[in-house]
Amino acid sequence: MISEPFAIGDSLLHRADPAVKITGALLLTLIIAVSSSLATPVAGLVLGLMLAAGARLPLGPLYKRLLAVNLFILLLWITLPLTGGGEAITPLGPLDLSSRGIELALLITFKTNGIVLILTALTATSSILEIGHSLERLHLPHKLILLLLTTYRYLGLIEQEYQRLRRSAALRCFSTSTNLHTYRTYGYLIGMTLIRSYDRSRRIHKAMLMRGFQGHFPLLALQATRPADLLLLLFFLACGTGLALLPVFW
Amino acid sequence: MHLSEGILSLPILAGGGVVAVLGTAVGLKRLDYDHIIGTAMLSSAFFVASLIHVPLGPASIHLVLNGLIGILLGWASVPAIGIALLLQAFLFGYGGLTVLGVNIVIMAAPAVLVSLLFGRMIKKPGKQQMLGAFLAGATAILLSTILLALAMIGTDSSFIDTARLLLIAQLPLMLIEGTITMFVLSFLARVQPELLHLNSAPTP
Repeated sequence: MISEPFAIGDSLLHRADPAVKITGALLLTLIIAVSSSLATPVAGLVLGLMLAAGARLPLGPLYKRLLAVNLFILLLWITLPLTGGGEAITPLGPLDLSSRGIELALLITFKTNGIVLILTALTATSSILEIGHSLERLHLPHKLILLLLTTYRYLGLIEQEYQRLRRSAALRCFSTSTNLHTYRTYGYLIGMTLIRSYDRSRRIHKAMLMRGFQGHFPLLALQATRPADLLLLLFFLACGTGLALLPVFW
Repeated sequence: MHLSEGILSLPILAGGGVVAVLGTAVGLKRLDYDHIIGTAMLSSAFFVASLIHVPLGPASIHLVLNGLIGILLGWASVPAIGIALLLQAFLFGYGGLTVLGVNIVIMAAPAVLVSLLFGRMIKKPGKQQMLGAFLAGATAILLSTILLALAMIGTDSSFIDTARLLLIAQLPLMLIEGTITMFVLSFLARVQPELLHLNSAPTP
């Protein structure tokens, strides 16, 4: 099921203006992503941990999220040290461990985990609805925002429709294996999901139009940038400058 | 099939970002307000497809379906896929803001391309439609994997073996996606053909 486990909370970061948080997240993750020295990603990871602690993120979902991201990192650790080229440090059976490969894998590990932590602490602490509204305040096209919010609105719906069809297939003793029958069944399941969701989304849309929907999803709480948010923005700018200048001094 | 944060270099990230913005602008321009609902529906279907695991031998593999989105939406698949990827970054932490552009290019450029290549075949009923749908599904995955490999190799040449491994691992997905896209299309054509013309016919 699709949920937003981090969006509920009353930490300082939860209460901050999402527009400021998104700006900060983009700035900080960009600086970390493009750095070529190890110092910035390490500092970024520390900053990410601090922000995650500051937002008091629930640990269970956070571990799960980090685990999923690190599966790909694991693949890199399996391949890069053996194939990375550069100087061979030590022979490992018929293979050589390459210094360059290990450096690259280490750099990516720090970058990825730091960025995921920062992104989670800063963007997942607002609901998608709030994020949509603040993206509009950041002057993204209205059509795109409408698409974002409508897509989000239909996510749960489509997943429900799919699960319902999946259950009814299971009731009819559908079991999966690697054969054409399975793939045909999945194809029809997806096709039926699309048709049902399409019909349902059209009905919802008509009902919304009848109730005066004019392309805006109103928010109960008004969003505004408060003085405290400007301080937060200054904090992000300072962190960004620090991260960017770190390799010069260290 | 997308890249996580912290892997690619600045030129690749910037290039991907610029292409993604241009593609999204074209897609949005061609998308009028009446079709936003249908597009949003397919955008969330694209999101949900990545949660569907189909069996493959002893393991399982999750669907991508960017070929299907491409032939159903044409150019509008760029904002549709972009929104789905943005939501995945926010809700699951897959991918992120800096690689969003590259990921959009990896997934959406093949979607647009297969709609241009096979769109006409799919409009005709019968065997040609089935073949076109299979080719669209399989080609989209192949192109996406190639773009992904190119983005990695363009960042650092030592990624070449990892990229080769990924390319081989995606080959079975190509066949599965082709087959499933074919069945979805043939089902839609029989049950509700108007869904095949989401992007051209006005909504009644």
